[in-house]
Amino acid sequence: MDVKYHVISTLVENKPGVLQKVSGLFTRRDFNIDSITVGESEVDGLARMVITVKADDKILEQVTKQLNKLVDVIKIKDISKNAVKRELCLVKVNIPNEKARAEIMQYVNIFRAKIVDVTEETLIIEITGDMEKTNAFISLLKGYGIKKISRTGLTAMARGV
Amino acid sequence: MRGGEAIIESLKKMGVETIFGYPGGQTIPLYDMLYDADINHILVRHEQAAAHAADGFARASGKVGVCLATSGPGATNLVTGIATSFMDSSPIVAITGQVPTHLIGNDAFQEADIIGITMPIVKHSFQPKDPNLIPSVIKTSFDLATSGRPGPVLIDVPKEVQEGELTDFNENLIQTNGYNPTLKGNPRQIKKASELIKQAKRPLILVGAGVILANACDELSEFAHLINAPVMTSLLGKGAIDENDELALGMLGMHGRKVSNDSINECDLLIAIGIRFSDRTTGRLDSFVPDSKVIHIDIDPAEIGKNVEVDLPIVGDAKNILKSLNNLFKGYSVSGDVNSWTDKIKQRKIDLLPRVTYDDVPLKPQTVIKEISEVLTPDSILTTDVGQNQMWAAHFYNTQKPRKFISSGGLGTMGFGFPSAIGAKVACPDDPVVSINGDGGFLMVCQELATVYDYDIPVIAMVLENRTLGMVYQWQSLLYDGRHSQTEFKDSPDFVKLAESFGVNAVRVEKPGETKEALKSAIKDNEAILIDVIIDSEETLPMLPPGAGINEMIGEYKLEKDVI
Repeated sequence: MDVKYHVISTLVENKPGVLQKVSGLFTRRDFNIDSITVGESEVDGLARMVITVKADDKILEQVTKQLNKLVDVIKIKDISKNAVKRELCLVKVNIPNEKARAEIMQYVNIFRAKIVDVTEETLIIEITGDMEKTNAFISLLKGYGIKKISRTGLTAMARGV
Repeated sequence: MRGGEAIIESLKKMGVETIFGYPGGQTIPLYDMLYDADINHILVRHEQAAAHAADGFARASGKVGVCLATSGPGATNLVTGIATSFMDSSPIVAITGQVPTHLIGNDAFQEADIIGITMPIVKHSFQPKDPNLIPSVIKTSFDLATSGRPGPVLIDVPKEVQEGELTDFNENLIQTNGYNPTLKGNPRQIKKASELIKQAKRPLILVGAGVILANACDELSEFAHLINAPVMTSLLGKGAIDENDELALGMLGMHGRKVSNDSINECDLLIAIGIRFSDRTTGRLDSFVPDSKVIHIDIDPAEIGKNVEVDLPIVGDAKNILKSLNNLFKGYSVSGDVNSWTDKIKQRKIDLLPRVTYDDVPLKPQTVIKEISEVLTPDSILTTDVGQNQMWAAHFYNTQKPRKFISSGGLGTMGFGFPSAIGAKVACPDDPVVSINGDGGFLMVCQELATVYDYDIPVIAMVLENRTLGMVYQWQSLLYDGRHSQTEFKDSPDFVKLAESFGVNAVRVEKPGETKEALKSAIKDNEAILIDVIIDSEETLPMLPPGAGINEMIGEYKLEKDVI
């Protein structure tokens, strides 16, 4: 069966241990979790988790059903098909020379990224976008020497009403 | 009222009369309050036995079983029992003490993160940090344990919460918005199922413990007879239908009845009810019911399509769904095709009855189970341990009523048989309770002889002694060139003397007829007793080798009709 990335938006009780329950379920059932982001939702006491998984249809069905069985999980939706997907990434990159600095600043402009910290030898760049955009940006910077990458993982929201 | 008193009061309000437990440092306050409380406490000799006894109580009674342990090692000793009840969907509530809240996370003495440790093996857990929460937590735990697909719930109570004063006894259910089990089957799916059943020429019904948990056994029997379809069960489905019923074929699976294993792949419609299609039940999946449509009725949507591809799922409570189906089939006249198929299978059942008549010494296990069957009434409860003793009991003993065959199916927990019998006997004091054990599993929990003696719990513990770890020994014989690695006991204790040292009566049985006599007098005496049965260590049950299809058993299947 076709293995694809799926983005699952999950509304859960905002209580200690819930993240552990959800991530533990993935480990126990041998499901492949790619990223998970958590934050408060629009409802008091509830948090929204956005989980990306690599799975075929059968595994995706099991993931959804098993998550649904957790008492603390309120609602689950697969929003892979029509959603705004964003990830925030911080990259610390070396600046070997002035030419490199100029080139990097151009890439930053093209990708609508932001420079958030400057020293003589390094820059920290903040970029937001879907994973493809972030990956493309990172690969452009590789030649200059990346010192650190910190990615939040994908968060997402279904389009429309 | 203090937290511990609120625990006791709430348990009483939930109808609990007996709890199984073992005290320790972090439950001293609660135990102090139990001292004057109007609730029975049975002091087991190892926490694992408390969990198994609570489980046995739950399976025998259909009510929640309660066990109690202290923090740290007390709590971790419950883990095997909690996992056992989780795998078999048995409703227990496990209460553990915890170090005081201000010490949690400091690696305090006897601190263990039991909430974290048990997360994958509980239906839900609570750690009330305020005594005012206790009544709600207990009520919600009982609700969660018993509703939908039942399962264990853990309540971890820090020491100072047991001692803290309540300002208010509020027992409102805690809101669980994410928990809405589907109980009523979709009427359109039920209608479609009835059409598939009417079209079928060779229908078969396969039932698991879900039918027993839903108290749907009368409805099942009515359904089977209305559509005249043979019925097979999983190990834990034993008792869902009277196994003496001519439509009941017996257990399917790795050590299943030949009639079941041989017939299942001939059906053109499999109606599976309250069963999760465990690998031990189905054998290799791609050769399981290849030519059949499958209707799967289960309360847990996650079980639908997990192992076996399903043509028609119905999610809901088996009792509701079977009632609706029975209404649709009132006065139904079964087709000639179905009648001749079912007649053929009924005849096959008679032809393939397994051999139980032997006069060998050392005793054949078949003889032992046969003699047990001859003595026990339909209301008697049989609990088993895990391994060959379990499979002999499951294979050769005809269970006639639900909740009368109790066994660790999913987790396969050695040491379950004897303590679960203690719980079953507490639940059903008027019915004989017999536990069938191997000498391996019994030694894991033999300290509970002290419990049955102390509380005068007249459990009949049978030890089928073959001085091997029989199931693994059998696999080694059949699949590993007879290299019996670590499965032969060099020496065994004298089980009769062992029991007697605890003050428990005991008798040794070595010849045909003696099991029957020993059991009869044990039931008449109504006292705890150990019956040490010396059996043939080389006797094996035919089995499916791993990876084999359900009808590819190896080993000779001896038939009763061949007895001269």
